[in-house]
Amino acid sequence: LKQCATQAAVLCAATKLPLLGAVEQGTSAGKSKVVIAADPQLRGSAATVDSNRILSLLDRAMQSLYGLDHPGEPWKKLVRPGEKVGIKVNALGGRGLSTNVALVEAICERLQEAGVKANDIVIWDRDSEELEHVGFRTAWSGTRVQCFGTDRVGFEEELARYGSVGSRLSKILTRNCDVLINVPVLKDHDGAGVTIALKNMYGVIHNPNKYHPQGCDPYIADVNMLPEIRQKMRLTICDATTACYEGGPAFKPEYSWRNNALVVSQDPVALDYTGWQIIERKRAEKGFKTLEADKRMPRYIATAADAQHRLGTNDPRRIALVEV
Amino acid sequence: LRKTNALLSDLLIAALLAALVVDAGCNRGTRRGSAASSASSEIPGWVKSGDTRVFEAADLWKYVDGDAERYLKFGVQRVQTADYKFQNKIEATVDIYTMANAEGARKLFESEPAGDAKRAQLGDAARIYSQSLVFCMGPYLVRMVAFQESAEVSQVLLELGRSIEQGLRK
Repeated sequence: LKQCATQAAVLCAATKLPLLGAVEQGTSAGKSKVVIAADPQLRGSAATVDSNRILSLLDRAMQSLYGLDHPGEPWKKLVRPGEKVGIKVNALGGRGLSTNVALVEAICERLQEAGVKANDIVIWDRDSEELEHVGFRTAWSGTRVQCFGTDRVGFEEELARYGSVGSRLSKILTRNCDVLINVPVLKDHDGAGVTIALKNMYGVIHNPNKYHPQGCDPYIADVNMLPEIRQKMRLTICDATTACYEGGPAFKPEYSWRNNALVVSQDPVALDYTGWQIIERKRAEKGFKTLEADKRMPRYIATAADAQHRLGTNDPRRIALVEV
Repeated sequence: LRKTNALLSDLLIAALLAALVVDAGCNRGTRRGSAASSASSEIPGWVKSGDTRVFEAADLWKYVDGDAERYLKFGVQRVQTADYKFQNKIEATVDIYTMANAEGARKLFESEPAGDAKRAQLGDAARIYSQSLVFCMGPYLVRMVAFQESAEVSQVLLELGRSIEQGLRK
C-alpha cells in the first residue's frame, strides 16, 4: 500500500470497489478526499433544516468531492440507470439524532435526475417502525421511492463471515441493492468511542449486540469486510447537521449541537477519522476529556485501515480535507 | 421487543405512563382510569402521541444499541418508553428504566456527566437541562427528552417529571 499512485486506485484494487464510483481522490496523489460542507444558515430561524438549503449543501459537497461544476454530474459518476440503490440511514438514535429526512429526500432527487428510477431506490435501516418514528414514510410497492426496514424482509439464512464476525445479512442489502450509499449520523458512542460511517453497518446484520465488547474492535472493521458490504459501498454522506459529542448513541440534547454540516467521502475510514476529530474538538471546547482519556478511543478506525483490512486510510497526511 | 404485562411493576409503570395521557384519551374518546384522573389534574396539556414500548434487558440493545451495555452494567431489568406532546408545541420522549435496586439506579445516574445541568428537587437526585430532565428514584431512572427548544421546555418537563415522581411513589 506504500507509495501508491493514488489511494483510489489502491482501494479499487484491494477491495474490488467498482471503478464507476471512484472519484478523484484528493487534491494530490495518494490521498483520500474528505469534504466538509457547512451552512450556518441551514435552519434559518427554525429548528429544522431548510430543504432547499440542504439540497444546495449536498450539491456543494458532492461537486467538491468529484471536482465537477454541475450539481447533477457527480451522481452520474456514482450510479447508472438500472442500478438498485440502497440508502442506508441511521434511525437508531430516534428523533433528534437520526438521519435527516430532508437530506435523504435531496439525495433521492439527485439520484432520480441521474436516471435512477424512484422504485429502484430503497431507503432503509433495521426497523420500519423506527424509520417512521423519525419521520420517514414507509413504502414497499408501487412506483415511488421504497422505504422500509429489514424487519419487513428479514435476514439471509446463511452466515456471512470475516475474521471475528459471523452474521446474517439484511435481505435489503443482498437482494435490493446493487449500490450502497451510507448516510450515517455524526455521534459519540459509549462503547466504540464514535459511530459514524463504519459503525452504521451494524444496522445491516442480525446480531450487532454480539459485537460491542472491546470498543467494537475488531468487529466494526470485520463487518465492513463482508463482501456484500464492501463491494456495494460507494459513498458515505454523513449527516452532521446535528451531532453528538457525549452520551451517544442515543439522543441527549444536552450533549448535542447544531453543526449544520455534511461530511462526504468515498473512504469510510478517512471519514470516520475526520468525524472523530470533529467530536474531539467539540469535547475539548465543552471541557470534556479526550476519548482516549475517557478510555473510549475509537481503535476500530486504525484496525479498519490496517494491512489486514485496508478499508481506507486513517493517516491524516493521506487525507485531503476540503472545507466548503 | 416484547410487550409484557407480567410484572406488577410493569403494570404500575404502564398505568403511570397511560395516566399522563388522559387529555389525549379524552380527545380520542377513550376511557380514563382513576390514576389517570389524578395525573391529568396535575399536568394539563400533556397528551400521549404513541404506544408504550417495553424492552427487557436482553433486548435493550434494540432500543439503545451501543448504550445498552452501560445500563446492563448497573443492573437494568427493562425500560418502558412513550412519546408525549404538550399543547401541540413540545414533543418529548419519556423513558423509565427499572433497575434491580436503588443502588443501581443511583450509580447509573451518577455515572453520567452533569455538564451544565441545574439541580432539581425531584426523586432521590435530578438534573435538568434546557431540553431534558433525568432523575433517579428508588430502583427507577427516568429520562425525559424534549425535541423543541423554548424558554418553557424545562419548566413543563419539570411538571411532567413531578407527576411521574408521584406516580412512582404510589
